Amino acid sequence: MNTVTPGQYLPETAGDTTRITRSFRAERFDFWSFFFSGLTGLATLFILGILATILLNIIVNGWSAISWHFVSTIPKKDFFDANTTGVLPMIVGTAFRVIVMTIFVIPVGVITAIYLTEYAANTSIITRIIRAAVNNLAGVPSIVFGLFGLGFFINFVGKNLDKLLHNTDAVWGQPALIWASLTLAVMTLPVVIVATEESLKAIPPGLREASLALGATKLETILKIVLPQALPGIMTGGILAVSRAAGEVAPILFTGVAYYMASLPGHLSDQFMDLGYHIFVLSTQSPNIEQTRPILYATVLTLLMLTFALNIVAILIRARVRKKLRALG
Amino acid sequence: MAEILIPKLAPQATAATTAPAGAPFIEIEDVSLFYGASKALKNISLKLEEKVVTAFIGPSGCGKSTLLRCLNRMNDLIDNVRIDGAIKIGGHDIYASDVDVIELRKRVGMVFQKSNPFPKSIYENVAYGLRLHGVKAKSDLDGRIEECLRASALWDEVKDRLHSSALGLSGGQQQRLCIARAIAIKPEVILMDEPASALDPIATARIEDLILDLKKEFTIVIVTHNMQQAARISDQTAFFYIGELVEFGPTTKIFTNPSQKRTEDYVSGRFG
Repeated sequence: MNTVTPGQYLPETAGDTTRITRSFRAERFDFWSFFFSGLTGLATLFILGILATILLNIIVNGWSAISWHFVSTIPKKDFFDANTTGVLPMIVGTAFRVIVMTIFVIPVGVITAIYLTEYAANTSIITRIIRAAVNNLAGVPSIVFGLFGLGFFINFVGKNLDKLLHNTDAVWGQPALIWASLTLAVMTLPVVIVATEESLKAIPPGLREASLALGATKLETILKIVLPQALPGIMTGGILAVSRAAGEVAPILFTGVAYYMASLPGHLSDQFMDLGYHIFVLSTQSPNIEQTRPILYATVLTLLMLTFALNIVAILIRARVRKKLRALG
Repeated sequence: MAEILIPKLAPQATAATTAPAGAPFIEIEDVSLFYGASKALKNISLKLEEKVVTAFIGPSGCGKSTLLRCLNRMNDLIDNVRIDGAIKIGGHDIYASDVDVIELRKRVGMVFQKSNPFPKSIYENVAYGLRLHGVKAKSDLDGRIEECLRASALWDEVKDRLHSSALGLSGGQQQRLCIARAIAIKPEVILMDEPASALDPIATARIEDLILDLKKEFTIVIVTHNMQQAARISDQTAFFYIGELVEFGPTTKIFTNPSQKRTEDYVSGRFG
């Protein structure tokens, strides 16, 4: 913009409003400003376009094949037949494993974040190692988590548990819902830790000081003042973890998912069917692609809606917590 | 109030309570404080009397807040702080190895520069400290909370909305709530770190009236940047400059007839 100070033009243009207007007008067309603002706009549109294409494609093709029968039926062995198949066990399996994962990941993640922000000295080597580990954990490919789950949870923890409990058959030492959930919990741990840390850091230090100055211990301060305030942020971490985990297939491949099960999973040591894995099965194992395509779309749509529903529930709970905090605390 | 509590802190309580006015209650003996290698307080010695308002004045960075925070060991929370010398309250060294910091902070309350009520209701703000220290019954809480809110001149303004959020109060009301919260657990000393620096003149005047009122029951140490405020409310004034105690004496003397040139320059507004 032109740098015109009032002193420069006011004396000669006093009373002449057109002169003032003109003196603020850009003298040339700023090509680069136009170019870059256009570029950012286009990038945004491009992303929105991709999202809209994916969603529309799924909804248009999947909507007609989705029915109450579809989401409430336990399919027979041949689940490629559009007329008889259903996805109830997959919905239950996916929801089950996500919920069990949340139960494990939230406490561990929150406690780790509390240690890092409230207790650990920021500059100590141990803190740096933990932080680096958390960041690197976030970068590990999900299939590697799957292999880790197989090696650690099933072959080590599960098999030893069986030995300890004197099970003659493998009960815990085989792929199971609990091991798939734990593997996912390890995978989503960084998300929860980082989100919790951010929300803990956002709490004014003055509140902690006020509590300590009243003779509260550090633990009392964390439990009564810090954590209630950080709850919405912690729940955001939970929501992100749920969103990430619901659609993941790779970590559960070796740790719990089944190609077919005749009944719903009822126990933590059961295997389970899963929406994401079922999509893979439908798209690669079908004897008749044309016949399977509508079920495939409907299953994808079901997975999207389930993820959406889990998110909505978490977001509603968070909104209630926020409202309560704002009103009273 | 304080009489009941002193015996716990000082076994020689009778001596302390019956001592003539002017007996030191807080004794700061040759205290130096280091942040890492830099010396923020330089060999400070001060004796503060009971139920007297002492003002710490001085330009920013002179160490007055740092010294204040030594008195309830809030500096413990900062890494890399080292303190030499001794601080005695009621005859007891508060930096001795067997001192329970929690108990110390219960007896030496603090009001901060920026009002920091908890994001809870007005009632819960005052109840917080009481609950921490074992007051659980609702009737006890109710009575004590009313007493404290009356003592901090806030009761009439908030009695109809005790259970609404403290964050809805004005800045001055919030600060008075923080004072109510501090006196609720019956401390013997109240430390105030520029309690009125963020308030308008009317709210400031109310806080000052309150301090004069509280003096009857509490020993008060106040850090202030406001020279008139120090002159209005304090009995004793200590002037600090770059980590040193330049002059300490009765407020009237410090403001009218200081013995040090630097004190005179500062209180007359020539620097700082």
